[in-house]
Amino acid sequence: MNELYIPGKKHDGLVSPLKTDHLVEVHDLKKWFPVQQGFFEQFLAGRTDYVRAVDGVSFNIRRGEAFGLAGESGSGKSTIGRLVIGLEKPTEGRVIFDGIDLSTLHPEELRKMRRRMQVIFQDPMASLNPRMSLGDTISQGLKIHYPEEAENHRDIIFRIMEKVGLTPQQYFFNKFPHQISGGQRQRVVIARALVTNPSLILADEPIAMADVSVRALLLDLMVQLKNELNLTYLFITHDLATAKYICERIGILYLGKMVEIGDLKEVYAHPLHPYTQALLAAVPKPDPHQRRTIPLPSGEIPNPINPPSGCRFHPRCPYAREHCKMEEPVLRELRPGHWVACDYAEQFMT
Amino acid sequence: MDKDSEKKQKEVLVEVRNLSVVYHTRLGTLSAVDDVSFDIYHGEILGLVGESGCGKSTMGKALMRMITPPAEISRGQIIFDGEDIMQYDDNQMRDFRGRRISMIFQDPMTSLNPVQTIRQHMSEAIQVHEPKTKPENILDRVKTLIERLGIASRRLTDYPHQLSGGMRQRVMIGLGLVLNAHLIIADEATTSLDVIVEAKLVDQLRQVCDEYGVTILAITHNIALVAELADRVAVMYAGQIAEIAPVDEIFDNTLHPYTQGLLRSVPNINVNETQELYKMAGEPPNLTHPPAGCRFHPRCPFVMPVCTHVEPALAEVAPGRLVHCWLYEDHPEKESPTIKVSA
Repeated sequence: MNELYIPGKKHDGLVSPLKTDHLVEVHDLKKWFPVQQGFFEQFLAGRTDYVRAVDGVSFNIRRGEAFGLAGESGSGKSTIGRLVIGLEKPTEGRVIFDGIDLSTLHPEELRKMRRRMQVIFQDPMASLNPRMSLGDTISQGLKIHYPEEAENHRDIIFRIMEKVGLTPQQYFFNKFPHQISGGQRQRVVIARALVTNPSLILADEPIAMADVSVRALLLDLMVQLKNELNLTYLFITHDLATAKYICERIGILYLGKMVEIGDLKEVYAHPLHPYTQALLAAVPKPDPHQRRTIPLPSGEIPNPINPPSGCRFHPRCPYAREHCKMEEPVLRELRPGHWVACDYAEQFMT
Repeated sequence: MDKDSEKKQKEVLVEVRNLSVVYHTRLGTLSAVDDVSFDIYHGEILGLVGESGCGKSTMGKALMRMITPPAEISRGQIIFDGEDIMQYDDNQMRDFRGRRISMIFQDPMTSLNPVQTIRQHMSEAIQVHEPKTKPENILDRVKTLIERLGIASRRLTDYPHQLSGGMRQRVMIGLGLVLNAHLIIADEATTSLDVIVEAKLVDQLRQVCDEYGVTILAITHNIALVAELADRVAVMYAGQIAEIAPVDEIFDNTLHPYTQGLLRSVPNINVNETQELYKMAGEPPNLTHPPAGCRFHPRCPFVMPVCTHVEPALAEVAPGRLVHCWLYEDHPEKESPTIKVSA
C-alpha cells in the first residue's frame, strides 16, 4: 500500500521551540481603525478618532478544539479572526501561533506560516474565482506553498476532494463555480483550505449562507474533518444555535471586548453575563410553545468610536448600577474555566 | 383567544387561486410558482417559509403584481377583499399598492432613499395617495405613527444613514402603516438584523398586527422565527406549497416529509437537546426541469411508486390542515393505506 503523502512533512518551515497546549494565544489584542476625516476637520479637532473594533481581548485556543467567537455585528469578531491569522496587524497586543509571535515574523516568514492557517469565508460565490476551474482553485494553495512537489499535487487534491465529498473527482475537477450548487461550492472552499495541510482553520460564518437542509450536512462535514485531520477551528458566528453543534468552547464578544468565555455547554446552560443571557434569550426557538418571555435589553449596540464608560454594556443592562458606569470590569474565573466580565455576576450563580 | 378574534381570523382577506409565475430564461421556462392556491385570513400573521429558490419571494411580489419581465404571472387569480386584482388596470394597481397592500424588504438601506429624511418618506406616501390632506395633518399623522413604533419624533428630520438598522426597519413598517394598508408583506424583514434587534422587531410586528388589525404575510427562510412570529404557516418547496397549518400544528404534528426534514435539521440552542441534526438527502431541484410527479420525491424518505409520476393535490386532510403529499391521499396505484390525520 502506498504511504499517504502529506504536504510539508519534509520541511516544516517553522516549528515551535516548545509545544504548549495552546495552538493560539491571544494577549490583550487591540485593533483601532482611524476614522476617515478631512485634513481641516482633523486640524480643528486636534486628534484622530478611532473605531475601536477590538479593544483588549485575550483568549487561548487549545490544540484540536473548536473555539467559537460569537457576537452581534460590530462586536469585532471578524477582525479578531483576521488578526489571528495575520491578515491585519494589531494596534497593540500579540498573537502567538504555535509558540511563535506573529508580529516578530518577517513578511516572507509569515507567508510560509500561512500554510498552517487557512480560511473559510461566508460567501463561497464571492470567495471563488468564477473564471477558475474547481481543480485550479483547489490546487492554488499547493502551487504557492509547495511548488517543488508538483508531481504529488493531483493525488493530494483528489484525496481532499474525496474527503469533502466532491466525488467523482474527475467530474468536479474541470467544473466552474457557477455550474455547481451552493452546498458544493462551500465544499470547494473547504477543500481549498485543507489542501496545504493546515493546523488552524479560521471559519468566518462558514455556513451562514447555506439553506437549512444543506447546513446540517456542512456542519457534519466540518466536525468529521476536524476529527480526521486533527484540525483546530476558530469558528466565528453570529448564530449561537449553530455554534452548539461544532464548538467545544465559546467566547462572547460585545463592542470589542470579551464579556464571557467558557465551555459552550456551561455558558449556554448557565450564562453569567447579562449580555449573554439576552443574546441566548433572543435566539428564536423552533417551538411555538416556548415563545420568549424574558425582556430584551433596550437600545442597540452603541458606536464603537465612543464606547460607553465603565462596563460597555451598562446603558442597556437591566442590572446596571452606579458602579458599572465608572469601573470597567475584568474577566474573572467564577467557575472552573468559565470567565465573565461582570462585577455583579455572582447574582446569577444559582 | 376570545370568540370575536377567532371569528375575525376566519374572514378571508386574500384568496390566491391557481397562481403560476414563470421566468423565461435562456435555458427554458422556469416555473417559480406553480399552480398555488391558499388563503390569507384577516388580522393573522401567515408565515411563508422555504429555502432559497423555492419561490417564496416571487410569491410575495406576485401578490403586489410586481412581477416584471422576464417573469410573468402565467395564470391564476388573486382575490383581495372580494376583488380580483388581476383585472385591475395600472391606475387601480397604483392606488392598490400602498393603500391596501405594502411591502417591507430585507435591506432597509436599499429601500429607503438616502437623500430624503424620514419625514419626507412618510409624508410623500400620504401626499401621493391622499393629495387633499393638509400639510399639518400629514405631520400629525406621521408623528403619532412613528412614536407608536418607538422612534422619537425628533428623529423625523434624520436621514436613513443616521438611524440604526432596527430603526430603519421600523420606519419601513411605518411606511406600510401610514396609509392603513390591510396587508403588509414582510419579505425577510428581520434577516439582516442582529438577534436581539430581530427579536424586538418580531415583538413590534406582533404588536402592530394586534393594534392596527393589519394582516402580515411574513416571508422567511427561518423556521424558528416563524415559530415566534406566525399564527399560521405555509411551507413552500420548489414553487409549490407543501403544507399549510396553524403554527403549533406544524411543529407538533408535522405532516409533509419535507417539513419534517426541515424541522429536524434546524439547529436548536437547548444544550440538553443532544439529538443530531437531520441531514436531508440531495438539494432542491432545478425548476427549469422539475421532477415529475411530486417535486419532492427524489429527496423523500417515504417515496412510493405513485409519487414519481402523479402529482398530489394540496388537499385538506383535517380542518385547517392542507398538505401536498400522497401519504395522506388515496390513489388507485397506492398500496399502503392512507394515513388518517386526527383533527
